[in-house]
Amino acid sequence: METTAGAPSPTPPSDVAERIRRSATSDRPYNYLLRGTALFFGLVVVVFVWSVVKTAWPAIHTYGYHLITGSAWVAGSGPYGALPLIIDTLSTTLVALVIAIPVGLASALALLYLIPRRLRPAAASLVELLAAVPSVVYGLWGLWFLVPLFINHVQPFLAHLTGNSWPFSGPHEGFSILLAGFVLSIMILPTIVAISRDVIATVPADLIEGGLSLGATRSQVFTRVVLPSARTGILGAIALGAGRALGETIAVAMVVGSNPEIPHSLFSPGATLASTIATEFGNAAGNEGGALAALALILMVITAGVNAGARALTRKAVAHS
Amino acid sequence: MSDTLVELPPDPILERRAEIQRRASQTIGRRTLVSKLFTAILVGAFLLALVPLGSVIWALLAKGLPSISWAFLHKLPQQPSLIAQNAIGGIGNAIEGTLVLDVCAGLVAVPIAVIVGLYLSETTSRIGNFLRAIVEIMTGLPSILLGVFAYEYVVVPMKTFSGIAGIVALAVLMVPVIAKASELAFRGVPSTLKEAGLALGARSSRVSRGVILPVAMPGVLTGVLLALARAVGETAPILLVVGPAVSNTWNWNPLHPMSALPLLTYGYSGSQYPSQRAAAWGVALTLVFLVMVFSFASRLVSARMRRERRN
Repeated sequence: METTAGAPSPTPPSDVAERIRRSATSDRPYNYLLRGTALFFGLVVVVFVWSVVKTAWPAIHTYGYHLITGSAWVAGSGPYGALPLIIDTLSTTLVALVIAIPVGLASALALLYLIPRRLRPAAASLVELLAAVPSVVYGLWGLWFLVPLFINHVQPFLAHLTGNSWPFSGPHEGFSILLAGFVLSIMILPTIVAISRDVIATVPADLIEGGLSLGATRSQVFTRVVLPSARTGILGAIALGAGRALGETIAVAMVVGSNPEIPHSLFSPGATLASTIATEFGNAAGNEGGALAALALILMVITAGVNAGARALTRKAVAHS
Repeated sequence: MSDTLVELPPDPILERRAEIQRRASQTIGRRTLVSKLFTAILVGAFLLALVPLGSVIWALLAKGLPSISWAFLHKLPQQPSLIAQNAIGGIGNAIEGTLVLDVCAGLVAVPIAVIVGLYLSETTSRIGNFLRAIVEIMTGLPSILLGVFAYEYVVVPMKTFSGIAGIVALAVLMVPVIAKASELAFRGVPSTLKEAGLALGARSSRVSRGVILPVAMPGVLTGVLLALARAVGETAPILLVVGPAVSNTWNWNPLHPMSALPLLTYGYSGSQYPSQRAAAWGVALTLVFLVMVFSFASRLVSARMRRERRN
């Protein structure tokens, strides 16, 4: 018919079509390699999770929910109740956050706006250097420098300041939830600084200049414009830091005091989920191996949850900017 | 008439503006003072954050350097006795063990991680997004969990502590870190380059090998070095599976128990012998030196990458 006469031929020359088809299909090995490797890694993760569940199973079977709610952890003989460990894990993390959030946000703002421009890269690398120090070195430093410092100066000072009242009451042993939290705060600081700095850097210059042009001072712009508009990402940074603090093992194990009891105050020695696994796993006998794996399972669930939350928050922050 | 102009009702907006200006000029002194104080506190907090870093570095140098000597670096640890309390020997086997563990873990992790990164950079499927989430969550999981994993699947079947168990734990630790970094590096390759390759008739495997990988190489390398730096300093995962914290034998065979610098630091730190406690700082200094080598290498690579991007 007339209407189709001028239209281009619906099929390209057959050899070209053949080559396109072949080039697409002949890349199957490549696609298989990519998918296969990704699948393999996925399987490793599944086996990893399964290994923890499997090792924990005998203990879960024996003790049931008492593993979480039991308030006594007696190494070697049982009973194995993780409640003191969970409380200690949460309280060391809380201490770490109370110290690291203000210092971290202040450092992020200082790094972005306040330090002389020429010094900024060097200052940023110093903060990154904090992240490069291995956790066992922080533990060693805490053990030999901070423990005496806390016994002789920090704990008496805090007790004096608050009149020995809770949570700064009890004997000054050095090894304590307070000390572990302090060491953790140093270790999570680089995470909080780096991520909140990146988020704050995405706050549009228009907003900041708008604030300044209305006559707001620098501190007013920081507290009323910059921080509120970056709050989602800052929350994500804090969650990531919390995730690190919850799971940090060796440094905490060296300074927390290995005392699996419900703490009376911040001066009480304690034991976290991760530190208990590290210190007890080597000489675990009988049911204790399973109970320790159950601790690992609890820790995995908590940190995976916190990290997933952090990921959602930081992604939301990036999507908004 | 001009009288009506004068008697116009006052404009509320103008009045409000005058009020704001009056208040602003009244409070400007106080607000500037508060602001100056506030920024001083911010900078002060930042400087305060650097005090622990300085203290750690000072402690490492002041307490670590005295124990470092050639003998310390290449000899075996020695059990101090009551007769020779200061004979601690060296840390040669721990340096060797750390290098063997981390190089092997790197060799296992890098190919897997780079391919996973490539897959993640190309896929938009739901499975891909799920895997991406898994990778990101894995980077934040406590490393001690990998120790439990390696214990259950390597130490228990082999019935012995071994280097290979540590290698497995460290490799699983490194894969997500490298995969994340290389995914970002691969995504940073301009799609025009990729399309040019495909338009020339190259298969995607050829484009990946010949175009994407070379262009993204600095980013991938940065990720690898960062992961290595992290793995070298990790104590928790290998503590459960590699062997005793203080070991007195040379061993190059990963099928047997091995020694490692972080383990030795941990072992010495709680030792009953003052000489070993002092030596813990020397071990820690050596460890930090190794970590810094990898960190600085990765900074060098990423700085060079940034320079090349700019040109």
